[in-house]
Amino acid sequence: MSVAEIIGLSAAEAARAIAAGGLSSGELFEAYRARAAADELNCFTWVAAEAPAEAPAGPLRGVPLAVKDLFCTENVPSQSGSRMLEGYLPPYTATAVSRLSEAGATLLGKTNQDEFAMGSSNENSAYGPVLNPWDRTRVPGGSSGGSAAAVAAGLAPWALGTDTGGSIRQPAALCGIVGLKPTYGAVSRYGMIAFASSLDQAGPLTRDVTDAALLLRHMVGRDACDATSLAFPEEIALPRAERLDGMRLGVPKELTSGSAGGEGEGIEAGVLDTFRAALARAEDLGAEIVESVQLPHAPHALAAYYVLAPAEASSNLARFDGVRYGLRAESARDLLDMYTRTRHDGFGTEVKRRIMLGTYALSSGYYDAYYGRAQRVRTKIAEDFHTAFEQVDLILTPTSPTVAFKLGEKTADPLAMYLNDYCTVPMSLAGIPAISIPCGLSEGLPVGLQIAGPAFSENRLLDGAHALERALGFDGSQARA
Amino acid sequence: MARLARLRLSEDEVEPMARELSAVLDHIAKIEELDLKDVAPTTHVIADAMPTDATPTDAIPTHPGLRADRPRASLPREVALAQAPAVSDDGFLVPSPQA
Repeated sequence: MSVAEIIGLSAAEAARAIAAGGLSSGELFEAYRARAAADELNCFTWVAAEAPAEAPAGPLRGVPLAVKDLFCTENVPSQSGSRMLEGYLPPYTATAVSRLSEAGATLLGKTNQDEFAMGSSNENSAYGPVLNPWDRTRVPGGSSGGSAAAVAAGLAPWALGTDTGGSIRQPAALCGIVGLKPTYGAVSRYGMIAFASSLDQAGPLTRDVTDAALLLRHMVGRDACDATSLAFPEEIALPRAERLDGMRLGVPKELTSGSAGGEGEGIEAGVLDTFRAALARAEDLGAEIVESVQLPHAPHALAAYYVLAPAEASSNLARFDGVRYGLRAESARDLLDMYTRTRHDGFGTEVKRRIMLGTYALSSGYYDAYYGRAQRVRTKIAEDFHTAFEQVDLILTPTSPTVAFKLGEKTADPLAMYLNDYCTVPMSLAGIPAISIPCGLSEGLPVGLQIAGPAFSENRLLDGAHALERALGFDGSQARA
Repeated sequence: MARLARLRLSEDEVEPMARELSAVLDHIAKIEELDLKDVAPTTHVIADAMPTDATPTDAIPTHPGLRADRPRASLPREVALAQAPAVSDDGFLVPSPQA
């Protein structure tokens, strides 16, 4: 097989070609390793020097995997996009990664990201921004921007990311690929460098829906090292659905009207048109579109999220104190001076901003007004989804209010950047699974369709996404050229 | 607030930080609009909705909980110390609390 033919295969097709004997795992690894090593988009912070000595066994057949840098990988740099962890070599590997290795995946490289997963454009990385392969003057989205751009550009067959408020789905949308945030607790968080523990969840970024199912199948499950992890009630199946007959698809106006986004610009007209065209394709496949479904508290989700996530981050990031690992500032007068200098030098602006916000929200006398209240809003948002899913099987929205924006366009206005997550944060707060699939182009740039379902409905979600993917026929090959 | 967060902000960081935090806090004030009397706060967003009458164990599906308390080996000391910025004998070396 030529390199072009190899890169043209999806991950599932590559695994099948290896099983059939038409391709060796070494050839596959080298094809991608060479491309990743020549990366011009700054997707990778580390690339493997050579293929593993032995061809790995298992159902994933040695298909190489790109892994977001915040997953700890034993003796391989794991820096979470931060100067604080420059050169850090963890003593163990995250459960999600080790499960995939046991299933036969091989580590191709570690991918660039917003620092500690805080960002929606990948411009907050201490290792420089990632460029969008569709237009190198634009952002890939974030925080899993390196993973998304690497898969879109054909520098990796598939990748792992993490999603706290949209950090898998939004970059998948902006790069024209598939990204799935599983049910909270479905995948172990052990070995993920924590951002907001009640929201963080690992998931796949892939070229198509079948690859997302295949990768997720080998990630889920209870892990004794993560007390919040849950046993997944069924096996993740490879999706086969081609029709949506009898499916009721909810389109909540709170997340799909032109003015959704409140004080922001709202959802772009081009994104809405592409979204509406995808709904028409769903109707062609036999689905019923239900516009009466409501998520009345969704407009409050972003405000609750920007209490909860920074509060948890301020606690989680207390561990970076210059004592046990990572950066330590020189010439400190005393211990306290060492802490504050280290954290000044090691953290970027956005991380400092969120630590300050979270420290404020958790400070004495403010807990009930902020964190306690935000957790009550969260309960209402979860109830909204419970009620909605009594009327519909799945909920559809645009993934991101805009297509990929220009590098530097939103860096001066944190709130404008936060509004990128307007459509993805409600599902994060409710802990439910949601997938973004590419549904077309607007101004030559990919638009993502978000499909959400009840907790543990990943199989239904993947089936629906698979049928729509076939009908939409999105062609992402241009970004791999 | 920076002192409480163990962060040092340089002179030129203070003004933009204050301005940007004010804008975000104005947005966050939206959560004050809602009537949340008698609403329970979320703890584990998925488990909150599940039956809790069973003792959590590894054998009960879809229920989070604590693992059995079994002793197991921890990281060897030299591995735990390998990434430390400074070590002394068997421990992490830090500046004195009062220099």
